Amino acid sequence: MDHHKSDSKRNNHPPGKFKLATATYWPVALLLVSLPGGTSSKIPTNPQQELESYREHLEGSPESILMVPVKGGTFLMGNEQGPAEESPVHKVEVGDFWMAAYEITWDQYELFSGQRINLINTDRGGEVSLEVDAIASATTPYVDMSHGMGKKGYPVINITQHAALTFCKWLSAKTGRFYRLPTEAEWEYACRAGSNELYSFGNDTTLLNEYAWYEDNSGRRYHLVGQKTPNAFGLYDMHGNVAEWTMDQFIPDAYALRDKGLSVNPWEKPVKLYPRSVRGGSWKDGAEALRSSARTASDPGWKRIDPQIPKSRWWFTNAPHVGFRVVRPKITPSPEEISKYWLEAIDDY
Amino acid sequence: MKKQTNPTRRDFCKNTALLAGGMLALPLDITASAHVLGDDSIKIALVGCGGRGTGAAIQALSTKENVKLVAMADAFQDRLDNCYNILATKFADSDKLKLKEKDKHVGFEAYKQAIDKADVVLLTTTPGFRPIHFEYAVNQNKHVFMEKPVATDAPGIRRVLAAAELAKTKKLNVVVGLQRRYQDSYLACLQQIRDGKIGQIVSGQVYWNSSGVWVNERQPGQTEMEYQMRNWYYFNWLCGDHIVEQHIHNIDVANWFIGEYPLHAQGMGGREVRTDKKFGEIFDHHFVEYTYPSGAVIASQCRHQPGCVDNVSESFQGTRGKIYTDSQNKGIISAYDGKVLYEHQGENDPNPYQTEHDVLFANIRDGKVTNDAEHAAKTTMSAILGRMATYSGQLITFDEALTRGRSLMPDTFSWKAMPKVVPDGEGGYAVPVPGQTQVLEPEKLKIPGQEVSPEGDRN
Repeated sequence: MDHHKSDSKRNNHPPGKFKLATATYWPVALLLVSLPGGTSSKIPTNPQQELESYREHLEGSPESILMVPVKGGTFLMGNEQGPAEESPVHKVEVGDFWMAAYEITWDQYELFSGQRINLINTDRGGEVSLEVDAIASATTPYVDMSHGMGKKGYPVINITQHAALTFCKWLSAKTGRFYRLPTEAEWEYACRAGSNELYSFGNDTTLLNEYAWYEDNSGRRYHLVGQKTPNAFGLYDMHGNVAEWTMDQFIPDAYALRDKGLSVNPWEKPVKLYPRSVRGGSWKDGAEALRSSARTASDPGWKRIDPQIPKSRWWFTNAPHVGFRVVRPKITPSPEEISKYWLEAIDDY
Repeated sequence: MKKQTNPTRRDFCKNTALLAGGMLALPLDITASAHVLGDDSIKIALVGCGGRGTGAAIQALSTKENVKLVAMADAFQDRLDNCYNILATKFADSDKLKLKEKDKHVGFEAYKQAIDKADVVLLTTTPGFRPIHFEYAVNQNKHVFMEKPVATDAPGIRRVLAAAELAKTKKLNVVVGLQRRYQDSYLACLQQIRDGKIGQIVSGQVYWNSSGVWVNERQPGQTEMEYQMRNWYYFNWLCGDHIVEQHIHNIDVANWFIGEYPLHAQGMGGREVRTDKKFGEIFDHHFVEYTYPSGAVIASQCRHQPGCVDNVSESFQGTRGKIYTDSQNKGIISAYDGKVLYEHQGENDPNPYQTEHDVLFANIRDGKVTNDAEHAAKTTMSAILGRMATYSGQLITFDEALTRGRSLMPDTFSWKAMPKVVPDGEGGYAVPVPGQTQVLEPEKLKIPGQEVSPEGDRN
């Protein structure tokens, strides 16, 4: 697989172009099956790696991202007792994936945004191969983007969806494994962790303090990731702390437009800059916004004190409650499929 | 500490006032002029079409008044075109853009033609040109929005102060982009301070510690002038160093809240991380101690180094309590036992970048006058003073900095002209060396009828 390395160094491909690595098993994706009751197939869809927890080490730094398995299946998405955009409740199937156990921290994000470690494809039998030099790095923020709340061990905030997704692209290039943001469906499935109630732990909001940082206990600031009790999938801070980016455009009536029977891996691919979907609620929200099915839309006001035009592609000035975590699909899609996820940046006037 | 006055500065202002006073006889009724030019629309010219200029134009055109953009100017054609395209997209469905190709002016002298066509001018070029543009705009009786800083050297400040006085006599509005002064949280905190909530301010810490800003690499075929203009952040005649270009905001809060300007400053600085030649001549950190006439001492930190603790905020300690403010609409006043006395959490406060334009254009409509020029010039001078202190390693007074601070500006402006700071054989630029760098012109004492050397008469 040495040719990957030399290719990436030659840099003779158009920006953003992918090559299929020899060790990619994407045709196996055709074998994905959905079994009744949300249990998953035993068919080894990716011989390279079982669906088990692993740590993605960010080479050249002490940082690693703990990835925990999320067995795919079907679930009831939405909540008809919630606001209109959560209706109707509909059946959705998602495939197997891994999800970061914790929200991405400043320490991890700044390896990318500050170019603290070189963009080198480590070429460890990668499933994807990206032209790493073609990945733009985030601009340097002019102000303190942590809003004085501290950085070490805290979740990154004030990052645009484009920035979060570019981090995923950078991470994919660096590791040879395909990382992206979760779709709204994947996010809700992971948040519920098998629960069909308001929260992953049930309906009792008095338990929120055990699982989440939110309006009532946050002291109006974010907190170190992973301080509260995780959900049944081993995911921390899905409710609260910082709201999390998904891959989706925020479409209020999206659910109404879906298949009445079963929607498989639905994804509302963004075509407009605003609004896009964030999930999970945050340190500044009340219990309602933390519900598994609660949906929030991004807003141009999140950049309202950016004095430059075009406004930053990378940074918000007024979204100290928005962060993200990454997922990795069990089945690595084809390069053509992957390229659909690297959304074009849209200028923000 | 003895209550100090600044005779030189006062005399200076008195002199400029007299100078301006001499012009009072001119027939002037500027505040009305906007409304007698055919229709009731207010004509705007944008001078400086970069990211901030584009933002300022959008804000000006988003005010409630009947405003039209009638002219644009920039040193660079591509910057002007980019800006125009954004504005044309943004205001596609309105008639706010009233300019033709002939109203797009490019080059070092372009500002004149653009300013001539307008009632209100937006001065948003690189800071070094501000004194030239502001002076011209005031001479032409224009209302002004101008970005901070308003100069990069002391001669520039003197020019702005003189024009500021003239603007006062002409009743021109001058709004300066020190937008914290238009931000609800700061205004609310100022009121608390004026009401005595923290007593007299005795000390403070103001910060702009961040990772840094953009850099533009040298391109083949660029003259030295063009390269410096494109990579302007790293050249003092254009930028003033980041203590002037960015940290001015926090220093301004100190001046504003204390209600004075520094008496003197001393400090230290250098470049430890941002050392490549593409970063020109500026430092990557400054730490300045400002002493005020009332005795207050303010520690000012600014840093452009990635991976360090970021902090953009202001804190002050008074005789009765302390206050914290930052640009995220936050203001907290607490007693020394920790009890919170006042808190402003303005998550949904108005955007101060918009408010400053709302005020400007409402003033013009209503015949009111706001003039930020003098305090903006003196705050810019305070930041320049800090730079002079860190570059020289000396204790420097505000007055000697203002009266004797060296000129950084080129003698002529053209793409072939040479700036004063030029690269060495390897493309690098001389970086100031504390203890060696001279920031003041030699002292000249005037005695009626003769000039004597500094050694001649010192008391």
